[in-house]
Amino acid sequence: MKTLVVVGNGMAGVACVEQILKYERCFDITIFGDETHVNYSRILLSSVLAGELAPDDITLNPLEWYQRNDIRLRLGVRIGDVDAERKTVTGDDGSVTSYDTLLLATGSSAFMPPIEGLDKDGVFAFRTLEDTRKLLQRAGSGVKAVVIGGGLLGLEAARGLQVQGCNVTVVHLMATLMERQLDPDGGYYLAGKMEDLGIRVLLGRTTTTVVGSDRAEGVALDDGTVLEADLVVVAAGIRPNVQLADKAGLAVNRGIVVNDQMETSDPDIFAIGECVEHRGVCYGLVAPLLEQGKVLAATITGNKGPVYTGTLQAAKLKIMGVDVFSAGDWSEQNAEPVRYEDRALGVYKKLTVRDGKLVGAILVGDTSDSHRYMDWLRTGADLTDRRRHLLFPPPAADGGLDIAEMADSATVCGCVGVTKNAIIQAIHEKGVNTLSQLKETTRASTGCGSCTGLCQALLKAVAPEFEEDTKKVLCGCVPFSQDNLREILRSQRLKSVQEVLDIYGNGLGCEVCKPALSYMLDMLWCGDHDEDRSARFINDRVHANIQKDGMFSVVPRIRGGVTTPDELRRIANAAEKYHVRMVKITGSQRIDLLGVKKEDLPKIWADLGMPSGQAYTKGVRMVKTCVGTDFCRFGVQDSTSAGIEMERRFEHLYTPHKVKMGSVGCPRNCAEATVKDIGLVGQEGSWQVVVGGAAGKSVRKADLLITVETTEAALQAAELFFQYYREHGNYLERTYDFVVRLGIDKVRKDTVYAPDAVRQGLLDRLQKSKARARDAWQEGQAPVHRTQFIPLQPIEQLA
Amino acid sequence: MIEGRWVRVTECDNIPPREGRAARIGDRELAIFNLGDRFLAVDNRCPHRGGPLCDGIVAGTAVVCPLHAWKVSLETGAVERPANTSACIRTYATRVEAGVVIVELQLRAVGELTTGALNRCTDT
Ligand code: SRM
Ligand SMILES: Cc1cc2nc3c(=O)[nH]c(=O)nc-3n(C[C@H](O)[C@H](O)[C@H](O)COP(=O)(O)OP(=O)(O)OC[C@H]3O[C@@H](n4cnc5c(N)ncnc54)[C@H](O)[C@@H]3O)c2cc1C
Ligand code: SF4
Ligand code: FES
Repeated sequence: MKTLVVVGNGMAGVACVEQILKYERCFDITIFGDETHVNYSRILLSSVLAGELAPDDITLNPLEWYQRNDIRLRLGVRIGDVDAERKTVTGDDGSVTSYDTLLLATGSSAFMPPIEGLDKDGVFAFRTLEDTRKLLQRAGSGVKAVVIGGGLLGLEAARGLQVQGCNVTVVHLMATLMERQLDPDGGYYLAGKMEDLGIRVLLGRTTTTVVGSDRAEGVALDDGTVLEADLVVVAAGIRPNVQLADKAGLAVNRGIVVNDQMETSDPDIFAIGECVEHRGVCYGLVAPLLEQGKVLAATITGNKGPVYTGTLQAAKLKIMGVDVFSAGDWSEQNAEPVRYEDRALGVYKKLTVRDGKLVGAILVGDTSDSHRYMDWLRTGADLTDRRRHLLFPPPAADGGLDIAEMADSATVCGCVGVTKNAIIQAIHEKGVNTLSQLKETTRASTGCGSCTGLCQALLKAVAPEFEEDTKKVLCGCVPFSQDNLREILRSQRLKSVQEVLDIYGNGLGCEVCKPALSYMLDMLWCGDHDEDRSARFINDRVHANIQKDGMFSVVPRIRGGVTTPDELRRIANAAEKYHVRMVKITGSQRIDLLGVKKEDLPKIWADLGMPSGQAYTKGVRMVKTCVGTDFCRFGVQDSTSAGIEMERRFEHLYTPHKVKMGSVGCPRNCAEATVKDIGLVGQEGSWQVVVGGAAGKSVRKADLLITVETTEAALQAAELFFQYYREHGNYLERTYDFVVRLGIDKVRKDTVYAPDAVRQGLLDRLQKSKARARDAWQEGQAPVHRTQFIPLQPIEQLA
Repeated sequence: MIEGRWVRVTECDNIPPREGRAARIGDRELAIFNLGDRFLAVDNRCPHRGGPLCDGIVAGTAVVCPLHAWKVSLETGAVERPANTSACIRTYATRVEAGVVIVELQLRAVGELTTGALNRCTDT
């Protein structure tokens, strides 16, 4: 077998070897890499620096992969020389290795511009895992960092360091950021976003010197400014590593020159990755390198045929909350620009069209359409017919018909009582154009929400400048989708609502975002967050449901609806003692004490001596059960015990919206388990676990999640679903909407059919939350604030 | 001219940041809010259906009523949502002295209260 020697154990080289292995084995392979780590995703170094991933998370090919494929791996060895005549390479460990075929995959190195003092301690590049480790060691709160270079890499480094607590300044030579991917306007918007994150950006400035004795203490700029710096990161570009190619006598320009079959000027030497130059282009992104790898694998294994003709370049900035996308040729020369911008929203979009085809795109602030544009760019779709809708999707065919058929006096929103006429008036007189404006002015669609579609259709039909609410953002204060926010909070390790509002929002917040963020933090950190009661609805400040007269209702937990004479006596006594206006059996098999004063809450809880039934919060309500095998002649499963056990496992936890459960002993379904968020339905010899049922403002039969044989397995399936909903449900999204949004197939795949590790993860996080969860009514004895339940007693009164 | 009367109500730290508390003074029930840098006081009655504003969520310099989410400015007493609602509530001038929140109430005749100086809401 012929010997293939690969120099460079990086992304392109190893990906190409993977492709080579797809053909019939014709090489004995040795890979040399001067880094000491197995092949990892260099792209994700930004995420490692930002603390989102651990170094081990980014491994692409673990050691077993090399072993399994009989590849000799030499790590920590740098190849210093190639002898193309004798076909050998020499390592810095003195080893000489002969090859039949040589593959150079040496990548690039960080470009070090002519700045004095770059050899000082505290100056780093950002290219390798080792660089990243060193940066992480030095970074920390209060550390002053200067990043030289405002390209993709520099900005990602800057954000990473900032997340680690550093005060970061980016110094950029050019007049705008990321000038290789963005036009000046795009760069301007981007700079605004970086500044909003709290990163200082200095443009059009050259760094001349790193000052300090042995250690970096600052950087001097050409305009005389000196910035203090404990840490300097040089991200001024990359240079292809072509030294070995030079030694081998290959044709080299900026990179190692290759043709469309990926051949160099030497028939036995090939090259791949950032070190090559194809048709005058050196690529610095992974996608093109992988395409090249496929072609090269064919050529090198004697299956010459496929050709590489170049790749459309597309780049995304990987900074959470700073959406930037750029693709193709966005210069306006010989092209027609199509533009949209909104300074208040920080959104800038530009497309370039040539001969009716999209040739380039820049998106800043909203990249949600990038897939559509990539598609158009790739396929060269003819856009002539779509010219009016390039930046916005076309309107629907006849959305106005239903609306036209409706009488003017007809009620659109039943909850708030708003008629079609009132909405039309609001549109004309108040200039309403979006659903949020409509909600704000008329309060229509703010109740149960079932008229949202109708309101939307009315707006579409009537409003002269109707706009879809652009993104489904949580609210105007923190304009991100909930998905996005969960990711931001997790990766940025945010633990308090105010912190989130300060960094990602308007610093203030409102009644919509504050409770939602409170929930997310509680869920993400399994209860280990900074609880801020000012961000909670009153019900969650005093753990009772506020009523129309400002009094509160008290619903103790009666697990599974099963109580005792002793409990009933205590309830009766308490009801009398606190002059409860009504004692009511609820629709959920428990007892409601209605009309209790806020200041009496701690006392009545103490007298009851029962835990909170959480009837006031977005949390675990109850498990309704039937009498099951213990008494019922049809019962085939012990639904009462199973229900009580389920309630015990979930009680005191918070959820995106309330969670109501049911457990029944047979399919007669006496406790209505099939219209609950989670239901256990007993069968002969098995349980059906059903989810996403509803019998509130909408009625929906629950979907079958799984059928299992034992009660423990049923409870575990319920746990998996419960935690999955906690983690992925949007705040105020009931399971009946959640399951529909995701599809029960996906829910099954991600829960009961998920790999062991994923299932264990869900259960572990549930346990962690549960371990910290407390009965909220304990706060009656130990209030979080001395005036939590009592009104102020004025020091002075009027005479 | 109506004479203002300053009443010492409570120690600042009896009201946590961004929360409100009720205080009964004379025949009035006030809702006093801690906005971090200052305290604001208004009548503790939502102009909609009398909801307890002290229990609302603070949104900037407004409070959102816990009952039906009307949004009321704590600075002017005006209803900010629903839009174009002319109703409003009384506001009271406040200051802090030696860690105590002091609120200005005005006396027309002995014991009878009327609106505070900053108040734009004169029709109640
Ligand atoms: C007390 C009770 C009625 C009763 O007298 O039986 C009740 C009372 C309230 N329900 Fe209910 N619901 C009660 C059982 C139900 C049920 C039946 C059940 O649980 O089996 C349903 C249908 C099932 C469901 O939840 O889907 C139900 C569907 C609703 C809904 C509509 C939810 C939905 O998305 O469809 C709301 C509004 C909401 O949550 O947004 C609601 C909201 C409310 C609130 C909390 C309204 C509010 O925000 O103030 C009421 C509080 C009254 C008070 O002052 O305490 N209540 N509510 C029941 C308390 C059960 C308990 O022990 O915890
Ligand atoms: C922080 C960061 C973020 C990035 N983000 C993105 C992104 O979001 N999207 C994207 O598409 N691209 C991104 N890139 C670029 C992407 O990582 C590179 O394009 C890709 O890694 C290039 O692969 P390569 O194999 O050609 O080079 P490399 O991955 O650099 O591999 C070359 C390897 O060869 C070794 N080597 C070199 N010379 C020798 C020698 N003489 N002897 C032995 N070993 C040698 C090098 O040490 C290196 O390990 C990012 C890069 C960085 C640094
Ligand atoms: S149905 Fe529920 S929400 Fe409606 S009035 Fe009755 S208790 Fe209140
Ligand atoms: S009582 Fe305040 S909004 Fe209805």
